[in-house]
Amino acid sequence: MNEISITQILFVSTALFFIGMYGLFTRRNMITMLMAIELILNSVNINFVAFNKYLYPDKLDGVFFAIFVITIAAAEAALAIAIIINLYRSHQSIDVEDANELKY
Amino acid sequence: MSHYSYIVFIPLFPLFSFLILGLFGRKYIKIYSGTIGVVSLLISALLSVYTAYQYFFIFGKANGVFQHIIAVKYVWLQFSPGVSIDMGILLDPISVMMIVIVSFISLMVHIFSLGYMRGEERFATYYAFLSLFTFSMLGLVLSSNIFQIYMFWELVGISSFLLIGYFFESPSAVAASKKAFIVTRFADLGFLIGILILAFYSRTLDFGSLIEKFTSVQSPEFIQITSATFLGVSMLTWGLVLVFIGGAGKSAMFPLHIWLPDAMEGPTPVSALIHAATMVVAGVFLVARLFPVFSIDLTALQIVAWVGSFSALFAAVIACTQTDIKRVLAFSTISQIGFMMFSLGVSKYGGENGLGFTGSMFHLFTHAFFKSLLFLGAGAVIHFAHSNEIKDLGGLRKLMPVTHICFLIACLAISGIPPFSGFFSKEDILLAAFHSNKLIYGIALLTSALTAFYMFRLYYSIFWNKKISIHETPHGEATVSMKLPLIILSACTVLAGFAPISSWVTSDGAPLKSHLDISFSALPVLMGATGIFLATYLYKTQNSRPQTIASVLGSLYRGTYKKFYIDEVYLFITKKIIFNGIGRPAAWIDKNIVDGFMNLLANTTAKISALIKGIQSGKVQNYTLYFFGGIVGLALLFIYVFK
Amino acid sequence: MNASVIIFYILSAFILASALLAVVSGKIFRSAIFLLFTLIGTAALFFWMGVEFIAAVQIIIYVGGIVVLIIFSIFLTQKSGDEMPKPLRNRSLFSVLALIFGFTFTYRLIYEYGFVQTAHKSFNVKVSEIGAQMLSTKEHGFVLPFEVVSILLLASMIGCIVIAMKIKSPERTDIQ
Repeated sequence: MNEISITQILFVSTALFFIGMYGLFTRRNMITMLMAIELILNSVNINFVAFNKYLYPDKLDGVFFAIFVITIAAAEAALAIAIIINLYRSHQSIDVEDANELKY
Repeated sequence: MSHYSYIVFIPLFPLFSFLILGLFGRKYIKIYSGTIGVVSLLISALLSVYTAYQYFFIFGKANGVFQHIIAVKYVWLQFSPGVSIDMGILLDPISVMMIVIVSFISLMVHIFSLGYMRGEERFATYYAFLSLFTFSMLGLVLSSNIFQIYMFWELVGISSFLLIGYFFESPSAVAASKKAFIVTRFADLGFLIGILILAFYSRTLDFGSLIEKFTSVQSPEFIQITSATFLGVSMLTWGLVLVFIGGAGKSAMFPLHIWLPDAMEGPTPVSALIHAATMVVAGVFLVARLFPVFSIDLTALQIVAWVGSFSALFAAVIACTQTDIKRVLAFSTISQIGFMMFSLGVSKYGGENGLGFTGSMFHLFTHAFFKSLLFLGAGAVIHFAHSNEIKDLGGLRKLMPVTHICFLIACLAISGIPPFSGFFSKEDILLAAFHSNKLIYGIALLTSALTAFYMFRLYYSIFWNKKISIHETPHGEATVSMKLPLIILSACTVLAGFAPISSWVTSDGAPLKSHLDISFSALPVLMGATGIFLATYLYKTQNSRPQTIASVLGSLYRGTYKKFYIDEVYLFITKKIIFNGIGRPAAWIDKNIVDGFMNLLANTTAKISALIKGIQSGKVQNYTLYFFGGIVGLALLFIYVFK
Repeated sequence: MNASVIIFYILSAFILASALLAVVSGKIFRSAIFLLFTLIGTAALFFWMGVEFIAAVQIIIYVGGIVVLIIFSIFLTQKSGDEMPKPLRNRSLFSVLALIFGFTFTYRLIYEYGFVQTAHKSFNVKVSEIGAQMLSTKEHGFVLPFEVVSILLLASMIGCIVIAMKIKSPERTDIQ
């Protein structure tokens, strides 16, 4: 076992993904939900790079996708925080359980 | 053919007038609305007279026989090659005669209404409705196919409904208009089914080809319709009888006559136009229009004859006891239309045997004049005395000289006294009945005596008898616009009898010779004179003789006064039997079964939604969980099931 | 077992452990710090995989940008040191069950797929290559997505401003 195979790297990214999912499902604070989303995006990035490195080493597409994902993640984080701030202004709270007007 | 196309404008002018008055009348041109109505009708009437002149003297005849001319034809709905609904104009002697009557009487009524309806709040609406009626009636008589006639038939019905209910503040007017509408609708159902039967077997709606197919005994359509039977009666008879039911409803024949007396709730000029001279003869017109077919089928013709003669006698008896002058006139109308009907019923097709047809049309022609004259005269009296009960009237001959003379002329005409017009037309009818069926002839003779009696009873009660005190007479006898039509119509009533209708309007188009026979006319005239004499004896001066006779007759008199309880029978059937026997069970089914089923559906849905609405909790994380579950489910499905 | 393998295992353990702590920690500030560690670990993993440029971008944007932003927003909305509300028990239970199922399912797919590795070609990513391809208009050029992403960034910037802008209650302009 001298080499790390792609499967092992994918194990890490999958685990990271489901940890992120867990955070998304259980965290009631919106900022921590945002953090969970960042974890999920990171696991995707790992996937992209790993596929590029192990399966298509003569191309750069995975790297590019990783770059774009990072860019979009930055934009998304900024937007999400703007929304959170706005929610905080109107509800005095960023608990998602309090923002349940859209029901029934 | 294009040189007839101006005929289109005869019905179109009243339509324009209706549209203009209906749309703008109440707000913008109220004071001119009467003028607009009169002018458009004047143009129509002149065009009609011109058409009649052209038809009867210039182009109508070919080889000595009046032709059926399709003046205008426009395909309206094309179903398949050969089957279409057309809008067209058919010219033949009866339609030409009818347009002259309708436009002329309508013109008279329009002029009369200028005075009679002056100051009404809905003056423009009144004229709009009158114009609508005139348009529909002209369209009806000019129709070239049976479907078109049905449409105008219904239009006539609706305008009659609107005009009867014109004084809609009064509950009795509303009830009367509803009654008229429901009864005639009921009859029209028969008409529609009759149309469908005839059209189904003949595969045409056009009058010309329909008559052609059903009168040639060898045609496949004729064989088919006579061989098909329902309840042992051939389909031809069924179709014709159903069409006749439609006609009987419009023409107020027994037992569908109950709406006509109540229809007198409308303004009196309307009664003159619609419920005396024009619309109510639509049934007669319809039978006359299909007369070649009726003449083939003796059963249908017998029904027409007996319904007509019974209605004539029945209505005449009732008319003797009524105290409302308009109701007397209404029953007299029913009676006279009965004359026209049985005259058609005893007639045969072609030549000398078609005398009944000619008599019927002749009577229609003369009746239009003297009956509208009577109604307009009654209208003038009501306008003057503000009452239409006999007990409030009397001794008006000095106060209303013009009306008095006109009314007298009309009474003499309807009683069949020579040389007034009614004499000539009644003469033809009686002669036709005499040659065909002695019993009907007897009924007709009796009826004409009764006619003379009740008309002169009315005449004496209004103009002689007791003196009444009229409180105020702000407008004199009547305005010029009211007197003028009375005078014109009186002139027509005197002269109409000399019109050579018998050489114009015949069952097969070939002219007939006149049948004036002194020895035959003596008896009817004698009967009429007897009636007049009796009326003079009883009613000329105020006395107690009528009361004595009434008390001697007792229950018979009361029964007649109550119109033989026909209305009560109808009420019993509708209220007691139909409402309880059909209405209530239907309502129960509707409330408990139909509604119950719907409520069950609604309640079940509501309960299910209450159960599952918890899913929509408004909590984002629950939603993401469901979302994740969905994705996993789909992944499983596509990876393991649909590989 | 050489050094590279050992480093991978240590990195993996570090990433997963700090990620786990980031999603279960009771205090929000700690949770943010653990997120920071996770991101740094991921950057290290990128180094390990030989894509130094991505690693650098990861550190600059995530560590330098997003985490700072998150911490900033924590300061705006939260009193530091507060315990966060506990997750609902039912939901945590269902989530754990669903996620364990999802993880095993996914990993089983990955494990059984048997990726064919292209025999150990060297994977060197020069930054100049990335730059050239990023702006190339030829085949395999990424200039169009690059432009799209730049528009997206502009749009999100405007969007942030609009959303977070304080809406003044409309003042009455009395007409004299």
